[in-house]
Amino acid sequence: MALKIVKGSIDRMFDKNLQDLVRGIRNHKEDEAKYISTCIDEIKQELKQDNIAVKANAVCKLTYLQMLGYDISWAAFNIVEVMSSSKFTYKRIGYLAASQCFHEGTDVIMLTTNQIRKDLSSPNQYDTGVALTGLSCFVTPDLARDLANDIMTLMSHTKPYIRKKAVLIMYKVFLKYPESLRPAFPRLKEKLEDPDPGVQSAAVNVICELARRNPKNYLSLAPLFFKLMTSSTNNWVLIKIIKLFGALTPLEPRLGKKLIEPLTNLIHSTSAMSLLYECVNTVIAVLISLSSGMPNHSASIQLCVQKLRILIEDSDQNLKYLGLLAMSKILKTHPKSVQSHKDLILQCLDDKDESIRLRALDLLYGMVSKKNLMEIVKKLMLHVDKAEGTTYRDELLTKIIDICSQSNYQYITNFEWYISILVELTRLEGTRHGHLIASQMLDVAIRVKAIRGFAVAQMAMLLDSGHLLTGNMQRNGICEVLYAAAWICGEFSEHLDDPMQTLEAMLRPKVASLPGHIQAVYVQNAAKLFATVLQKHEGATDSQAAQDTSQLLIERLPLFVQSANLEVQERASCILQLVKYIQKLQQKDVEVAEEVSALFAGELNPVAPKAQKKVPVPEGLDLDAWINEPPSESESEDEKPKAVFAKEEPKQSRARHIEVDEKELARRREARKQEQANNPFYIKSSPSSQKVYQDAPGVEHIPVVQIDLSVPLKVPGMPMSEQYLKLEEERRQKERADKKKKDKKKKKREKRGKGKRDDSGPESEEDITPAHQVDIVTEEMPENALPSDDDDKDPNDPHKALDIDLDKPLADSEKLPVRTHRREVLKSPEEDGDQDGITQEAKRRSSKEKKEKDRKKSKEEEKKKKKKKHKHVVEEEPPEPLSEEPVQSEESAEVAAPPTSTSAEASDLDFWLSSAPVPPPIKEALAPKTSVAAAPDSEPDVPKDAEPDEEKSLKNKKKKQKKEKDEKKKKKRHHHHHHHGDGGGGDSVQNGTVEEEEEEEPLPPMSNYCLLAENSYIKMVYDIQGNLQDGSQVVVSVIFENKSNSFLKSMEFNVLDSLNSKLQRPEGASPHDGLVVPFQLPPGVSNEARFVFSVQSIVMPQKLKGTLTFIVKSEDSSTHEKLDFKLHFTCTSYLITTPCYSDAYAKLLESGDLKSSSLKLEGLNMPFHHLLARICFHHHFSVVERIDSCASMYSRSIQGHHVCLLVKTANQTVSIDAKCDEPSLLANVLDEIKQTFSQC
Amino acid sequence: MIKAILIFNNHGKPRLSKFYEHYNEDIEQQIIRETFHLVSKRDENVCNFLEGGLLIGGSDNKLIYRHYATLYFVFCVDSAESELGILDLIQVFVETLDKCFENVCELDLIFHVDKVHHILAEMVMGGMVLETNMNEIITQVDAQVKMERSEAGIAGAPARAVSAVKNMNLPEMPKNINIGDISIKVNLLLQRL
Repeated sequence: MALKIVKGSIDRMFDKNLQDLVRGIRNHKEDEAKYISTCIDEIKQELKQDNIAVKANAVCKLTYLQMLGYDISWAAFNIVEVMSSSKFTYKRIGYLAASQCFHEGTDVIMLTTNQIRKDLSSPNQYDTGVALTGLSCFVTPDLARDLANDIMTLMSHTKPYIRKKAVLIMYKVFLKYPESLRPAFPRLKEKLEDPDPGVQSAAVNVICELARRNPKNYLSLAPLFFKLMTSSTNNWVLIKIIKLFGALTPLEPRLGKKLIEPLTNLIHSTSAMSLLYECVNTVIAVLISLSSGMPNHSASIQLCVQKLRILIEDSDQNLKYLGLLAMSKILKTHPKSVQSHKDLILQCLDDKDESIRLRALDLLYGMVSKKNLMEIVKKLMLHVDKAEGTTYRDELLTKIIDICSQSNYQYITNFEWYISILVELTRLEGTRHGHLIASQMLDVAIRVKAIRGFAVAQMAMLLDSGHLLTGNMQRNGICEVLYAAAWICGEFSEHLDDPMQTLEAMLRPKVASLPGHIQAVYVQNAAKLFATVLQKHEGATDSQAAQDTSQLLIERLPLFVQSANLEVQERASCILQLVKYIQKLQQKDVEVAEEVSALFAGELNPVAPKAQKKVPVPEGLDLDAWINEPPSESESEDEKPKAVFAKEEPKQSRARHIEVDEKELARRREARKQEQANNPFYIKSSPSSQKVYQDAPGVEHIPVVQIDLSVPLKVPGMPMSEQYLKLEEERRQKERADKKKKDKKKKKREKRGKGKRDDSGPESEEDITPAHQVDIVTEEMPENALPSDDDDKDPNDPHKALDIDLDKPLADSEKLPVRTHRREVLKSPEEDGDQDGITQEAKRRSSKEKKEKDRKKSKEEEKKKKKKKHKHVVEEEPPEPLSEEPVQSEESAEVAAPPTSTSAEASDLDFWLSSAPVPPPIKEALAPKTSVAAAPDSEPDVPKDAEPDEEKSLKNKKKKQKKEKDEKKKKKRHHHHHHHGDGGGGDSVQNGTVEEEEEEEPLPPMSNYCLLAENSYIKMVYDIQGNLQDGSQVVVSVIFENKSNSFLKSMEFNVLDSLNSKLQRPEGASPHDGLVVPFQLPPGVSNEARFVFSVQSIVMPQKLKGTLTFIVKSEDSSTHEKLDFKLHFTCTSYLITTPCYSDAYAKLLESGDLKSSSLKLEGLNMPFHHLLARICFHHHFSVVERIDSCASMYSRSIQGHHVCLLVKTANQTVSIDAKCDEPSLLANVLDEIKQTFSQC
Repeated sequence: MIKAILIFNNHGKPRLSKFYEHYNEDIEQQIIRETFHLVSKRDENVCNFLEGGLLIGGSDNKLIYRHYATLYFVFCVDSAESELGILDLIQVFVETLDKCFENVCELDLIFHVDKVHHILAEMVMGGMVLETNMNEIITQVDAQVKMERSEAGIAGAPARAVSAVKNMNLPEMPKNINIGDISIKVNLLLQRL
């Protein structure tokens, strides 16, 4: 036997191994392909042999060939054979080959299931490891489903080596088999606290990947990660966690507040640049998520910006790059703090590294403001001139246009300047972006009506100057600009001073050398110009000019009729005939101008690019249904959406250099001067032209600037746009001076006005008024367009399937499929089949996949449905799985032990977070132990949702209380025995029955939000909650609802403080300043803001007077409005729902420290549990114990006063006996309870 | 996630390619070529990150690379990875190779690409970072090498002898130059080969 083995291996030693193959390939450099094909033939021979070692060797060589680009999928079966070798050496070769070339389409993969399962459970950890590694590369949905359970077991393997691999691979399994996520998640979570750092890091890794895609499902893990963050020393883990927090903070601002401190500490302490960088990144994310205007965070921003500046200034290009990258994130929310580093960023524009230059350009994009736009663009223009290499120059060009056009031209104060910039950019030769410039010209000219006059003049000049036409310009993308120029001149020809001249320019013979689509526009717009010329000369005694024009067209158009381009030809011949006809009429002295211009009458409105998509599908129209029988083959591939212009010419390489010599420039400058002098729209000081823009009603309050523009001094050699910089500067100075004067006057007149805004610095954004009031026409959208949120979502994203609520308890149906015995398989064939019958399997495969998909779909739908129901109809709340009942009762049996149920986790999160300054919105959250029901997915802020929540919690409390009672019953069985018989009064042994009874009489909807004030613009409702963490604070949540059709902004909320209660204002603010509400309200929208008040004494209710000021901004006007209100702090609002166990309650009552008082309510006609629910809900009590028609309740004030109630009911009379250690507080609370019930 | 790990030399010859998403061989080669073009035209003293213009993934992806002597180590990653972290990881990878091959040079990678794969498998699994601690990686790699040896046992002896003989034909591999000097060493080799 041994001899045979030795003999076999001696045969083998002359086979080619991997090294020989590599060496051979290197020795056959000239005929590599031929050599490799002979090698592949050899390999095929070797694969046919029985000896596994030979096969493994062959597979090993194939793996190398695969890297060189050879397809080896034909050997897939042999690879499987090698994988199943019992020797680790060969097995590893097989798995490596499989991981390189197997994929979902490889059909032999299904043969591997059992082999992999065997390897996973191998006693040798490296067999398992190799199998896991291989599987991670080629796992398919089938494999994932079949092996999920095995891998899950491995997550608790004794060897950390296996554990960490098993944990990591779970992510791949989740992706392929989303159903496994929920059952596997608890164990995955456990692994976060694994003693082995490698396993821990793997678990962090997986959860981070999961959470990155669906962060909201992982919020409840925040406390755990927080702990890890503060305890771990592994930088890899820290980086991952910190990145994860970056993804979580946008969902939970309170988390951000909690993070800032440890993160800043890390920033200060760490020496690892990678960690520092990620910390800075996350701090930025936190700051973005927090509403701005919190003064104490400016320090954090400063810290970040400082650190980033250090990175940018570092000689290491990597750090420089990352610094710029992070800077651009800060920029979005805190542009001011970045803008001060403009010097540094402009400096980076000169960097030799293109990546860094591009980053710097990105930053510039966000750094512009009205104030510095011109300056920045000027710098960029300089760079454009200097830039070597067209790619970077083109990039600069697009950036200039991006910067200027961003957010609807927000930063452009002077469109004349912008047009000049665009015109200047046309001087660039060889750019690919002619069409970009052209579309900007078109966009501005169409949408900014006020600029049309100027734009037309400039365009006419472009057409006239012909520098774009000279030479072989059609090769040059820049001639696209002529498309725009011709169109603008034609469409807005009424602004032309000398349409005749332009018309001549457009009909020059040279035009015929332009690309077809541009010529077509020339021809069409020549006709428009013709109409304008006719109209101008109409009525003039001398009809010669008009006839000359016709003659000109008739002479020149035939050139275009001969064009090779069909479009040009068609238009030209059409128009030629038209002109000939007109000429005839002219000769008969018929007035034709009116009719000719009617051809081109009407305004073209800009349409939003998405408009078509937004047109809602009419009811009953199925766009997917075939109108006719479907054609046999798909042939609609070639219909692609067209660009703005007919088509983009194939990009040509560099074009010839044109000389725009000094003379030409000077000439143009001269012409421009002329234009400006003649153009009534250019100098805005003339009142007549001003009027055009002021006709709209309600513009009086907009500061209209009177500019006296003396014709500016021209510095020779300076580009045109330069002058605007100076003009702008002068204008602003003047404006500022004016403003100061005005301010002084104003201040004299009303000394007490809201002075703060005025002295916020004369340079602030709002103060820079546009040079002319332009009305930027918004793009049209179809009526009742659909909301646009989900425009960009990719329906094929595999991570969508992983958006699974992880906090819900597991249902039985969700168990991972465990390998079962064959007989069971036969019972349910659609469930996982066994892998033994390979051929059968293959046949069944396709149908199985379908079923699988169907199943998934229906499941998802079900889930959706459930969620919906869950929100609206409480009765239909999905029944808890039976299996959980015993567990729960066990839990309640040991009340002291914290419940491990998932919802408790959610409230844990709130509890954990609530130590942050802003108190938690959920009341139950304050009681982490009792609130079993805080639904993790409901939005506690909205009163509508709060209602079922509340109800649920109540129900659960009752359940709990009942269970407690059950315990008691065991003790006092005799005493209570008779109750079981009648089962009345909602007391019953089984939870179910009680619930059913309650379901019969659902609680009416309740809300604690009461009206604060309202007028025709805005409605405010508010609710007051105590802050458990700080005994002297209450939080007022105010929901602002915009009732008007206007935009409400700059809302300021202010109250007159009393001695006892004060509004908490940011540090440094005077006690009379209002708080800025951190949002604006579009029409019909409501939003909630919270205000913290500090109170000293809580025994008395009190009222605070306040005012809300806001600006109502409608389309054409904006007005200041104010609304007075009275905030009523009831004593109830100082109470906090606090759980109390009956034994503690009994002790409390026995202690004798409490003063008692009582209250009687008569004629109350409501079920007892409704009554209790109301007290709980409106007055923040919790039920301690309820027996029949008698219940004890408890609450605690923010300052720790105990309030105990004993509520009894009999014959529509409710008596409440109350005890409290503060008699006046008690009296007030009882009064308030009385009031609550008198209202219903 | 790491989408792909590529190693190629100054001439764009692939020395290792590991894709964590499936592409067919032609596209893989195209990706390698494109990546090489992007990376090779960059100066030595510019930053090690590259974005855009890639076949793999979309705008979310970045190329992070390091250039050692004749070899480029390129990691294609998405935004979940820390850029500086990956740079460190590449360093760990190269140092590990250096330890496992005792002064690694391009030839080691050429002739033992399978070994390189096995080492990489201990660091990155399915696109996720598995282990960053060099000692741990080396321990596991060594243990597997030992297992391989013991499996080969007597039967493996003749094969080993033959391969030793075969290796004698190779030009002598200078083994005593560290990573920093790879350029000298491999340049010499390239001239000879």
